[in-house]
Amino acid sequence: MPAFVWLTVLTALRILGRNRLRAGLTMLGIVIGVGAVIAMVSIGEGAKRAVQAQIATMGTNVIIVWPGATTVSGVRGGQGGAVTLTVSDALDLKKKIPVLADTGWAKRDVMQIVNGNLNWNGSINGISPSYLTIRDWSFTSGGPFTQADLDSAARVALIGQTIVENLFEPGEEPVGAVIRIKNVPFRVIGVLAPKGQSAQGSDQDDVIFIPFSTAERKVFGTPFLGSVGAIFASTDRAEDLPEAVDQIREVLRARHRLLTEQNDDFTVRTQVDIGKVQEGTSQTLTLMLFSIASVSLLVGGIGIMNILLVSVTERTREIGVRMAVGAKRRHIVMQFLIEAMTLSLLGGVLGIAVGVLGAKLTTVVAGWPTIISSDVIVVAFFFSLAVGLFFGLYPANKAARLNPIEALRYE
Amino acid sequence: MSALIECDDIWKIYRVGDVDVQALRGLSLSIRQGEFVAIMGSSGSGKSTLMNIIGCLDQPTKGRYQLDGIDVGQLRSDQLADIRNRQIGFVFQSFNLIPRTSALENAQLPLFYRGLSLKEQRAQAAAALQRVGLHGREHHFPTQLSGGQQQRVAIARALVTGPSLLLADEPTGNLDTQSSQEIMGILEGLNRDGMTVILVTHEADVAASAHREIVIKDGQVLSDRATKTHMAGV
Repeated sequence: MPAFVWLTVLTALRILGRNRLRAGLTMLGIVIGVGAVIAMVSIGEGAKRAVQAQIATMGTNVIIVWPGATTVSGVRGGQGGAVTLTVSDALDLKKKIPVLADTGWAKRDVMQIVNGNLNWNGSINGISPSYLTIRDWSFTSGGPFTQADLDSAARVALIGQTIVENLFEPGEEPVGAVIRIKNVPFRVIGVLAPKGQSAQGSDQDDVIFIPFSTAERKVFGTPFLGSVGAIFASTDRAEDLPEAVDQIREVLRARHRLLTEQNDDFTVRTQVDIGKVQEGTSQTLTLMLFSIASVSLLVGGIGIMNILLVSVTERTREIGVRMAVGAKRRHIVMQFLIEAMTLSLLGGVLGIAVGVLGAKLTTVVAGWPTIISSDVIVVAFFFSLAVGLFFGLYPANKAARLNPIEALRYE
Repeated sequence: MSALIECDDIWKIYRVGDVDVQALRGLSLSIRQGEFVAIMGSSGSGKSTLMNIIGCLDQPTKGRYQLDGIDVGQLRSDQLADIRNRQIGFVFQSFNLIPRTSALENAQLPLFYRGLSLKEQRAQAAAALQRVGLHGREHHFPTQLSGGQQQRVAIARALVTGPSLLLADEPTGNLDTQSSQEIMGILEGLNRDGMTVILVTHEADVAASAHREIVIKDGQVLSDRATKTHMAGV
């Protein structure tokens, strides 16, 4: 039997070789289908990895609490519309919840920053020093401010890479320079290491950090002292996150004196939640790409079936001769199945090559990261084999059911 | 000597639309090992149907056909394929070689289905080609061969398995006189070496090579006579 299979494969290859153009066109559907699957999955995987890397830039095991919507006489404000979170909330959370490694807070506004004759509108963040450690910020030069700076509302600033690029001439040293935010002079004491895009697509390096107290008293002009834009917390272990979230809700509800029937006036999200949203998006995308690719594989399979049916008709006499000299039905079935699988497999292999090349080209031309996983190549290989098997069955059976007498007489 | 072919009251009835066509009507016939028989008859006489049944390509509707003691009427299609492969060699009017496939590979075909190794297939097919005088043309394609040469490839394909029965259906129908004589010469030679040859023809000079002439008419044997006293192996 193995000799039979091997020889049938050789015969199939030769028959396909005789009709190169036809075989090529027949395979094209499979080539495109498999190529599309490989390229899309590679791009999708690359995007997923990039998103994961972006989420990692948020810090480790980070929990973010935003102020919630206010409801005044049934009119509900939007997310973050209320000023319900305060510095004392943040301090109290740390005191009452032992699993929290640290808490920090921040308040943000976009303002004009001036250095000499250059100006820029950037995101000004008044923060607690703990915020820097929770969000994993590091420095390329200089260093963070301290609790003392916070206590004394010192006019010191940490600036991101985008700010450096826009406010300083190339080669100019930012650390030690004095910049003006809303006409208040700040001494730059640190330059932040770049983080790139956030998972939401905003530039994380377009930031200036100043002490929270300085921000609310000298820059923002906050009506309620102590109100914050968001509270940040972190845990040491990822598995503590759900428990920490529950406890944060409990403590904040108690502090805000919410009755049981009242909704939270804040929103708690963990890094994991944010990651899930992103993964959900990329999964939807992958699913969509996969269904498109499946359709083209289906069309490719139908192409193979079509050409095999033509082949069965063209070779009716040959089938009759084969039967007359002793071919059993299963031999005829095998012959056409092997021909179908040879076609689809060749198409699959070509498709894999096209897909890998396409993915690499995407990286080179568009600069998108792509990851070619061996899994998807193996799946594509066997899938194309299965397509040949499935769509070859009908023509093969049709050939095997021919009556040898009629087949021999066929003109 | 035992009978190789034993047809006993064979009926073959086809259904064409609503009409039953009786191609064979109670035909009985016995052919012994080593005979050279010509079957003659006009078209529609039932001789093609008889050939198909003898060649195990078809089975009788009624009656019993035994080939070498085996009741063929009871066999399934796979068993029939086996018998065709081992016992019978076919030669057709239109050669029926597989196109764009070398003479050697055409001659190999029955061995391919017997599951022999490629090396054995090649050796036996080459020997068969040599026997029909095609040594040196193993790698020619059918289109590169004359009609007579193509028919010789077909004969090589028929005898490569060493069958006991060779069925030739109008083997010279598409050939010129000289090629016809060559082909008949080969068939006579095979018969001399002990192979049973059954020839379907309506040409009297071709039938003259045979030792026995059976005429079929309306699905029955009209006449059955010996034309030569000589018979191989007797």
